[in-house]
Amino acid sequence: MCGAKQGGLDLKGVDVDKEAVIQGQVLRGEEPVGGAYVRLLDSTGEFTAEVPTSATGHFRFFAAPGSWTLRTLAPKADPVDRQVVAQYGEVAEVAVTV
Amino acid sequence: MSRESALVSADWVEEHKNDAGVVLIEVDEDVSAYDAGHIAGAIKIDWQDDLQDPVRRDFVSKEQFEALLSDRGVKNEDTVVLYGGNNNWFAAYAYWYFKLYGHGDVRLLDGGRKRWELDSRELTDEVVKREATQYTAQPQNLEIRAFRDEVKDAIGVKNLVDVRSPDEYAGRLLAPAHLPQEQAQRAGHIPTAASIPWSKAANDDGTFRADDELKTLYADAGVDFGKDTIAYCRIGERSAHTWFVLHEILGQANVKNYDGSWTEWGSLVGVPVALGDEPGKA
Repeated sequence: MCGAKQGGLDLKGVDVDKEAVIQGQVLRGEEPVGGAYVRLLDSTGEFTAEVPTSATGHFRFFAAPGSWTLRTLAPKADPVDRQVVAQYGEVAEVAVTV
Repeated sequence: MSRESALVSADWVEEHKNDAGVVLIEVDEDVSAYDAGHIAGAIKIDWQDDLQDPVRRDFVSKEQFEALLSDRGVKNEDTVVLYGGNNNWFAAYAYWYFKLYGHGDVRLLDGGRKRWELDSRELTDEVVKREATQYTAQPQNLEIRAFRDEVKDAIGVKNLVDVRSPDEYAGRLLAPAHLPQEQAQRAGHIPTAASIPWSKAANDDGTFRADDELKTLYADAGVDFGKDTIAYCRIGERSAHTWFVLHEILGQANVKNYDGSWTEWGSLVGVPVALGDEPGKA
């Protein structure tokens, strides 16, 4: 998409040392998917948070350190689960293909 | 109440959204969502600016609610259909709020904005203006709203249902992970409350689970359907979702939402607090 930033979301204003950031982009082929829903599930599978993706397909969570599952729901696609580990001082970048 | 009288499907909305006497209202936590795109004809209510008193921690008065709905062009006899993001949390809260002030016919769109979007149904940024009305509200129906003293008296007596995440219930967090960790002075839960996160009542797409699954969910977690029930969360919006399930879908009598919720209870002097994953003793 026009204006889509390469290499993930801008982290300006985010104190990465104090946050366990999980972020990424939802893609169908090479096209970003806006208006998809990404759910953050904890290590027991319990719902923690959910965000819709931006027009450029991006999403971001401020999680806690630990193991998480990202479950992505998008129009005309089956749900996709991705495992991710978050920790302070590191940004976990996840590309989800639906 | 029942699923049939309280919930409508996206197909129903497509079919009836232009009917005279049907008013669609979007209610979101992210109030910019409506401006970016909403169901054709839907108006917006801001759960904070429109529904909360600007000074005290309480709801707008009956007169303010009347002025709000009159200005937005809602009639007493209209069928109000609410929907929103966040799995309908704030739409369910508005549903409960409309019932609190006695609106006759209120429905929730099953799955809310998410299911609508996942179905690739149409959204528009068209500005909606309805002609002003003369709306008359009823005094608050306190049979569906609980206050702190009643909650204290309910410990060990009524069903208390804590619908926050397990970490909030146990006292490991003060707010849902991902949101600012603020507000209450103390973490934990009200003793004897069952932990039944709101999310267990909904499918991934935001629609409500089937009646028999819902009954099993609450019964297995210790809810006695022969007793009165009070649901709470952090600020009363997730518990409105659970109030909707118990009172409107399953038709349970005597279910209240405690909108003071943990941000009040966890800051009160002189009330008991339980920590850990177990309900604790009265």
